[in-house]
Amino acid sequence: MATATELLNRRMLRARDAIDRSYAQPLDIESLAAVAHVSEAHFIRTFKATFGETPHRYLQRRRVERAMFKLVETDRSVTDVCFDVGFTSLGTFSRTFHDIVGCTPTEYREREAPKAVPNCFTQSWMRPSSFGEARPAARLRASASS
Amino acid sequence: MLNSINISHIFVGDQDKALDFYVGKLGLEVSNDMNLGFMRWLTVRAPGDPSHDILLEKPGAPAMDEKTAAQVRELIAKGASGFAAGFTTANAKKTYEELKKRGVEIADELTERDYGTDFGLRDPFGNHIRVVERKG
Repeated sequence: MATATELLNRRMLRARDAIDRSYAQPLDIESLAAVAHVSEAHFIRTFKATFGETPHRYLQRRRVERAMFKLVETDRSVTDVCFDVGFTSLGTFSRTFHDIVGCTPTEYREREAPKAVPNCFTQSWMRPSSFGEARPAARLRASASS
Repeated sequence: MLNSINISHIFVGDQDKALDFYVGKLGLEVSNDMNLGFMRWLTVRAPGDPSHDILLEKPGAPAMDEKTAAQVRELIAKGASGFAAGFTTANAKKTYEELKKRGVEIADELTERDYGTDFGLRDPFGNHIRVVERKG
């Protein structure tokens, strides 16, 4: 009864979860393709058809989202955050962050308050939608009672 | 006004497979399993929490046509159902290890947060379920 699309989507979702679990590591297309039971040659194209972007683009946005979180919720330096989330060059990190979020990592840290909602939900909803097309979510003020 | 959540729902592709997962693997208990004619009313709940039922709802006729039902299942399969349900546990580590042993698909590894320790898992259909041990 399950359609072929449903089954393929489910396997691709498994691969996407695997990307999320090791976001600070380089993409391992070979093992992701194995998780999804598709050929390596088809994995990238199939991921894009399913989720609307390549795994590389998805991973970059995931890393920037994790950086956004760490910049606001921890005191790690911008440089440390850059390497924590898997970038290997501070220049590339700053440029990519700015392209996606619309400001520098430092500016973002300075203007955002820590979030009041559970981190897991924040992780899902705060992921910036694309490369500069959408503004980051409006700042949530920590409630007076918390 | 409103006092509590009575029933929430999770879309599942197959109710027997859902039973195997939610009851067989996650350890929930069946609160209702009735053939209403037009649908199978299948609800589960956390053991010891009779106040909140979860309807394991299969998209399909008569509520929706087969093409729409297929679209719903395909969306769930790519993770579009978002946050399907969140459970508490007395011991996140023990629960995590037991569920892993039972072959449950872990989406998000056991992580300490400022509100407690939690992890994420997926049901066979793609729904994301979270389990948290809250900080005392």
